Amino acid sequence: MLVHSRGGRWAVWIVFFALFLPVFALPFLVIMVASFATSWSGAFPSGMTLGHYQELTKGDSPHALLTSLVTALVASLAALAIGTWAALGAEALRRRGRRVVDALFMLPVAVPSVVVGLSLLVAFSKPPLLLNGTSTIVITAHTVLVTAFAYQSVAAALTRLDPAYEQSAASLGARPSYVLWRVKLPLLLPSLTAAAGLCFALSMGELSATMMLYPPNWVPLPVTIFGATDRGALFTGAALAVVLMASTLLVLFAVSRIRNRASYR
Amino acid sequence: MGIRFDSVTVRYGDNTVLDSLDLTVEPGEVMALLGPSGSGKTTALRAVAGFVTPAAGRVLIGGRDVTALPPHRRGIGMVVQQYALFPHLRVEQNVAFGLKARKVPRARIAERVSEALRMTGMERYARRYPRELSGGQQQRVAIARALAIRPGVLLLDEPLSALDAQLRSGMLAELARLHRELPDVSILYVTHDQIEALTLADRIAVMDKARLQDCGTPQDLYRRPRTEFTASFVGNANLLPVTVIGDAVRFGGTELKVPVDGIAPGAAATLCVRPHLVGLGEGPNALRGTVAEVQWRGATHRVFVDIDGHQIKADVRELRTPPALGQQVAVHFATQDAVLLGAGVADG
Repeated sequence: MLVHSRGGRWAVWIVFFALFLPVFALPFLVIMVASFATSWSGAFPSGMTLGHYQELTKGDSPHALLTSLVTALVASLAALAIGTWAALGAEALRRRGRRVVDALFMLPVAVPSVVVGLSLLVAFSKPPLLLNGTSTIVITAHTVLVTAFAYQSVAAALTRLDPAYEQSAASLGARPSYVLWRVKLPLLLPSLTAAAGLCFALSMGELSATMMLYPPNWVPLPVTIFGATDRGALFTGAALAVVLMASTLLVLFAVSRIRNRASYR
Repeated sequence: MGIRFDSVTVRYGDNTVLDSLDLTVEPGEVMALLGPSGSGKTTALRAVAGFVTPAAGRVLIGGRDVTALPPHRRGIGMVVQQYALFPHLRVEQNVAFGLKARKVPRARIAERVSEALRMTGMERYARRYPRELSGGQQQRVAIARALAIRPGVLLLDEPLSALDAQLRSGMLAELARLHRELPDVSILYVTHDQIEALTLADRIAVMDKARLQDCGTPQDLYRRPRTEFTASFVGNANLLPVTVIGDAVRFGGTELKVPVDGIAPGAAATLCVRPHLVGLGEGPNALRGTVAEVQWRGATHRVFVDIDGHQIKADVRELRTPPALGQQVAVHFATQDAVLLGAGVADG
């Protein structure tokens, strides 16, 4: 404990709740409540109903959820593969080379995602790489955006990995590929799943680049939410947002279960 | 299988961490590389394992030049300080790792794993994970893992330094027994602990400042060190600057009878006497001074005596009435217990 006096501790708790509740917790609560409301004019909503959720089972919403899940799953797995590969490759480089790779993978984070979306749109609008209007371009954009995070978490985990494991394995006669699959990747598994979870969550919520690129048959959930609120269907939008939150959290929870089982020592 | 270092030099940038090492470990021999940290001893071991590439020179294992071979093709067993057991594998899987990597037939793997675990007394722990074992048990598994591949050469890098003192002496005896069971395995044992080196090694190579300083049997290095560094690093030593006069030496105003071994009269030399060979009181080769410090060490007393600005340590059987600080005393040593080191003079 950093704060020792009882009064000091109370003060810290009060400051924490004063900041945390209105900024972090209350908005989520409001969304949840709004998703059940039919009108909200006073301090509290009224006309509680499950109607918005019933609406969601019809129409485009189930497809939008599926689209988001598939996009996020494919993008995060691709990002994990690329990021891990790049991090393993960068590890073997000298300091300057590694810095270049680090900078390269930081680029999609540094550049606004709208710009990433636009640049992909411009780049892939003409043959031979005509991806405009396909689901591939959306998934590609998501992959580009989240690979940076996968790369960074795996690179950080690699620097923490004691080289003695790799060396012991090699001295026992294991070829580099055998060491990679049987020692390095299993030891990195907790970090890999954490990275995958992060990528998945980021991709599930991605809107700005997606808005530049999505074709009519591949509309992810955030775009649907934006559409609903844009045309004034605030409570429907809230219900969609709750579905998006819940499904993301569910997947993250499942991933964290794997991570707990995979963490050693 | 023997190991030979043929003028092996290792550099990190401009920094030479191993300077043209020439050393041969005979088949079946236990060679200790003894030295302080930064002396190049671990670098020498890593050059054998293949984790550092020499800037010059060759490393030979069993007469074969392995300098350019990657680590996994060298056929050595290695145990490192922190054991590096694979935390995601059970004990038996750890021990089987090298065999699987070498594609040994499955039936043979089981046989060799149980043999290695039996030799190290770890059969009962085969199903455990490393995190469920104590430090000493992890150490045994690390040794079993290295032995399972039946290496001709075993490299041990400070293998006991993570254990507490009591466990360490037990493991030393254990290592000695293992080597008796595997008389053909050459062992290169890196340590900074002289007791480990003296107990276990057939020969000791003393390293300092990236260079081999001395090499010989433990008895040889202890009784007849050739350099001041060896004298002070292998066991304790009193080092006194002296001048050779005929068949004796002069220290301050006192003439001392010691074996001169052909050092020219008039030459400066260093006299080395082990503290436990120094007696308190009058005798041959007596030196007089004042008591500067008395340490009680259970079975012995260590008495520090100031003589003409130099300090002499005497380890004597526990005294009923130890001398008081500042008291005038004499210390002495037998002629055959002194060694004269040829080179320059430094104040011990």
